[in-house]
Amino acid sequence: MKTVLDVLKGIRPEFDFATSEDFIADGMLDSYDVITLISDLDASYGISIAGTDILPENVRNLAAITKLLSKYGIAP
Amino acid sequence: MNFSFSGKRIAGVLTVLPANERSFMDDMKNFDVPEDKALKLKKVMGYDRHRIVTGEVCVSDLAVHGFRHLFDKGVVAPDELDALIVVTQSPDYFMPATSSVIQGRLNLKHDMLCMDIGQGCAGFIVGLIQAFMMLEQRSINKVALVNADVLSRKVSPRDKNSYPLIGDAACITIVEKTDDPQPIYANLKMDGTHHDVLIIPAGGFRMPSTPETAVVEDVGDNNYRAKDNLTMNGTAVFNFVQVEVPPMIESLLQQAELPVEQVDYFMFHQPNKFMLQKLADRMRVPRDRMPSNIVENFGNASGATIPTNITFNLAQPLLNGSLKLCMAGFGVGLTWASMVMAVGQLAFCEIIDY
Repeated sequence: MKTVLDVLKGIRPEFDFATSEDFIADGMLDSYDVITLISDLDASYGISIAGTDILPENVRNLAAITKLLSKYGIAP
Repeated sequence: MNFSFSGKRIAGVLTVLPANERSFMDDMKNFDVPEDKALKLKKVMGYDRHRIVTGEVCVSDLAVHGFRHLFDKGVVAPDELDALIVVTQSPDYFMPATSSVIQGRLNLKHDMLCMDIGQGCAGFIVGLIQAFMMLEQRSINKVALVNADVLSRKVSPRDKNSYPLIGDAACITIVEKTDDPQPIYANLKMDGTHHDVLIIPAGGFRMPSTPETAVVEDVGDNNYRAKDNLTMNGTAVFNFVQVEVPPMIESLLQQAELPVEQVDYFMFHQPNKFMLQKLADRMRVPRDRMPSNIVENFGNASGATIPTNITFNLAQPLLNGSLKLCMAGFGVGLTWASMVMAVGQLAFCEIIDY
């Protein structure tokens, strides 16, 4: 199973996501990247993240993404 | 707010598209976006190509072209039109109303009601509600509803959140009385406290256009636009749609006492494919019953996307018979509105180029 870091690196390989607490504020993910991230998480884990969950605070850092995935029964 | 009507029908729908087409991949070359990322976006968001006007083409130019086509074809006679509603956010002038401009250019009769409505992505539903209310009058038997915008002229070519998806179009929908008593249900909500999430800040009386408002600024995310340009808070709009639209549709279908299975197609406004697929999943509607290919082929032309969805995807079945359609628009205002009704058999349902 792909890790969240693998998914993030696939989108923006130039950044080290392990060291940031706020991907958006640090300029690592723009609005298109967030959509791509959700689409890739859906595909990687066989889920459909609800549109109402697609919020900046749910993809801000690794902990937030892990928490979001746990809502869908995924423990990456 | 709920509405219900009967004894009214859509007689036909025409879409007028600018012949000028731009490709998403060409647009993305103007931004600092690598090709593989652009290809991924193309797939996820459903962006491929879009139609935008060139030069100084205005809403009335597209609409007059469409009306002349309908008159020449003989499917509508000019003197039959008792009212003309133009729904647009890009009028030819601040004054007079664009509906008056169109009436004049077509030499339509004086015994008619012309009205502009400043609405966008929910404008097809808002316009239909207004048209159906007009048809309650004995003196109004046929209404022409125009949903048209040329907003590409107000989008910064350096704003990658808006430019690659913007489309221009005009749609003419003819609405009339009928002996068929089939009910039509609609609902509509508005929330003006968020009027600034989709806005052209300058150019009105609040902030008149000046050399300063035309200065292109770095607004972050590698996007550059001026206060004269359209600006969209994409995250806020996306969240608003996902929160408000599913309960609106649930409420509409309850009002109509219609299960989801009895709706043939869900013809929704189309900002992007991803947003629609998320809506379909949340509403448990099979994705193939919610077509999402309009933004891909023509771009997002605000109030024109729902009628274009009809002319592009359902022309043959609607020329030959009837379908139960649930339509929904959502956007500027903020406004969200929906309608469920039987549509067809139509006298015309086609797309022409300008």
